[in-house]
Amino acid sequence: MSFISIEQEANYLEHKGKFSGLLGWIFSTDHKRIGLLYLYSMAAMFLVGASLGLAMRFELLAPGKTVMDAQAYNATFTLHGVIMIFMVVIPGLPAVFGNFFLPIMIGAKDVAFPRLNLLSWWFYVLGVLLVISALLFGPGTPDTGWTFYAPYSFRTGTNLLPAIFGAFVLGFSSILTGLNFLVTIHRLRCPGMKWSKMPLFVWTLYATAWIQLLATPVVGITLVLVALERLFMVGIFDPALGGDPILYQHLFWIYSHPAVYVMILPALGIISEIIPTFSQKHIFGYKAIIASTMAIAFVGYLVWGHHMFTAGMSGTAQYYFSLLTFLVAIPSAIKVFNWISTMYKGSINIQTPFLWAVSFIFVFMIGGLSGLVVGSLAANVYVHDTYFVVAHFHYIVFGGTGFAFLGAMHYWFPKMFGRMYDKAWANIGWLIFFIGFLALYSPMFYLGMQGMPRRYYDYLEEFHGGNIIATIGSWVLITGFIIILANLITSARKGEKVGKNPWNSKTLEWTVPSPPPLENFDEIPVLEEKDGPYNYD
Amino acid sequence: MSLEKNHVVPYKTYVFVLLGLITLTLLSIAITEIELGSLAVAAALAFAIIKSFLVLTWFMHLKYDKPYIILMVVFVFAVLFVTVLVTFFDYLYR
Amino acid sequence: MEHVKQIAHEHYDPEASKIGMWLFIFTELLLFGVLFVIYSVYRYLNHGAFELAAEELDPFIGAVNTVILLISSMTIAMSTTSLQKRNRNFTLLLTGTTFVLGVVFLVNKYFEWSGKFDHGIFPGSEYLINNFSQGEILFFGLYFIMTGLHALHIIIGLTLIGIVIWRVSTGTINADRPVLLENTGLYWHLVDIIWIFLFPLFYLII
Repeated sequence: MSFISIEQEANYLEHKGKFSGLLGWIFSTDHKRIGLLYLYSMAAMFLVGASLGLAMRFELLAPGKTVMDAQAYNATFTLHGVIMIFMVVIPGLPAVFGNFFLPIMIGAKDVAFPRLNLLSWWFYVLGVLLVISALLFGPGTPDTGWTFYAPYSFRTGTNLLPAIFGAFVLGFSSILTGLNFLVTIHRLRCPGMKWSKMPLFVWTLYATAWIQLLATPVVGITLVLVALERLFMVGIFDPALGGDPILYQHLFWIYSHPAVYVMILPALGIISEIIPTFSQKHIFGYKAIIASTMAIAFVGYLVWGHHMFTAGMSGTAQYYFSLLTFLVAIPSAIKVFNWISTMYKGSINIQTPFLWAVSFIFVFMIGGLSGLVVGSLAANVYVHDTYFVVAHFHYIVFGGTGFAFLGAMHYWFPKMFGRMYDKAWANIGWLIFFIGFLALYSPMFYLGMQGMPRRYYDYLEEFHGGNIIATIGSWVLITGFIIILANLITSARKGEKVGKNPWNSKTLEWTVPSPPPLENFDEIPVLEEKDGPYNYD
Repeated sequence: MSLEKNHVVPYKTYVFVLLGLITLTLLSIAITEIELGSLAVAAALAFAIIKSFLVLTWFMHLKYDKPYIILMVVFVFAVLFVTVLVTFFDYLYR
Repeated sequence: MEHVKQIAHEHYDPEASKIGMWLFIFTELLLFGVLFVIYSVYRYLNHGAFELAAEELDPFIGAVNTVILLISSMTIAMSTTSLQKRNRNFTLLLTGTTFVLGVVFLVNKYFEWSGKFDHGIFPGSEYLINNFSQGEILFFGLYFIMTGLHALHIIIGLTLIGIVIWRVSTGTINADRPVLLENTGLYWHLVDIIWIFLFPLFYLII
């Protein structure tokens, strides 16, 4: 055992292991370093994806060709989707904050399989490189949309195979992370940490891990089949050979709908951590939130057809999927009620993470309610493939997962880097970002209802006004984001140093030094009956 | 910490399971002689399910494992079953 | 640095490894399960064509392969017992037998597929597209994909068994550290279960 006290021991950032410098990071099996590796690589990919989004918005500033033609636009939105979905929001919270904080929150020294954890990140990098290679050489950037629908996905002349293969490898990364987290939660909880004493973020990571494990193989094999179709003409989805393109859609969405729960469940978990901390009050309805989490994960598996209402399914299937879609909204609503109830009569501390959490609730609700619109069969016929859907999912995914990510980033920043961010700039950044977000996406609801289709580089003159507002909104949003990013980067180096628990939170990560030492705990904590993740006085 | 129950399964058990599996295999072939029409698929699947049950329970040691592992296995098969079922809501009623 | 290594070995947790392997098996079940979804949809839609196409397959080879795989499952299951009884030679014999049986399976597969290729039946072939109905083309597409993917998993399984045989012979795998053998066995049984379903669905359609 070590002879130096835990305070004097080098923290995980300074620790010198077998390798030094960059190699000490890319060969590190320390879950905290791996979490940061994911953070930096994902931030880079987010900037690429955001640039593509800005390019799209610039094209849509005016009808007709502004800066790109239809083919370029199709490639742009395809890449924007592939990058944002497969490289940013799906790995998202689990890969960064799950990796960093899951072991600490359950009182463990690392995950169950640290080397597998590192392999997951290497697979992530490999997947990213493969997808990027699709642009750099070959017959042209994929233009199918991130959904790779058959039969176009095997008829398009663009360079689909590296992109498909990259997505497959990224899926592997996701599966291995899910596997690792499941075993970690089952086997490495510290003494006294019963399932009923686990923090809610950990519960959401558990539910998410099951989805990662069980849903990702579905898209994996589906993409392999598309590749085989391109290479060997097997005919599985090709109508000319007897295949059914709608079957492709079924298989694609059997993964991709649960995937959105991979995106949002950890986000909901983070809000469940932030709200009690900044209300200094026990979460309202701990068990109800757990039940809702598991219900969302399970029912979320049964609703995939709501992406396909206009594709040509049977009436029975359409009714069934619409009904289940309405049901899955209920547990999310329960969570929102519980968060509000937690704040009621709490001792509110308005800090940056709290601002992100509250604005999350606002945008998540709007996104969720708009989901009921798209989930209704009759309404869906009008809004499918219009900007209404684009608004809906950006509110839920960007507003949901994105806001939660930034909230978590500020919440856990002092713990990860041992320094506090500049609070004034953080709040300014939040406000500008929030305003930009609303300006960018709100017009899209209206545009969609008026009939503006998505995935078109051109539009009718009557849609011009809304598009101008949205594009300006995108510029405001990116300004806010740059302020936030710059603040975080400078504060990581020069921010004021902090102690163990600047927010007076009750979960285990706030009992270790900021930044944590290599093995997190000097001695594995032992929880007593009176201890709990939300036991504020 | 080794196997939870440190249970050593006798060789004979495995041999009996194999004999059962081979018998079921032969039966599943024999049954194709009978004209079952649309029940043929059900019969084939029934034999496959019983054989899988034998492999899972004895060869894969589930009989001697902790309950939560069995629960997970059942859960996953249930997910698969439900996926097929819901997909057929489309194809059966087109 | 020794400190870090200590953590890695302090943590010998065979139950964690077992859960890990089962979770991985679940992903494989979903992978093949999706292929079975596709199969069931297309069989439902092309009932007659599937029956017709299945006549090109030889149920005898299929049955032989099924029995081979079942026996190999038994031998590797028995090897976990022999390992616990510290009977290293018998363990090597059993795992070796499993390996050989797996290879025989692949050899049979090779002959089956070559036979099909010689007849002009392979994915995307002119002969297939010109002479068979859409339902039959789907049947063969699924046949090659599913048995091909299965064969790939046999190869992976054989690689694992090979590693196990090596480590049993050097003593790295023993009665106190049986985890790698047991988990490899689990993987092999999975491959067996997949074939248990493939066999009737492709070879026994009347």
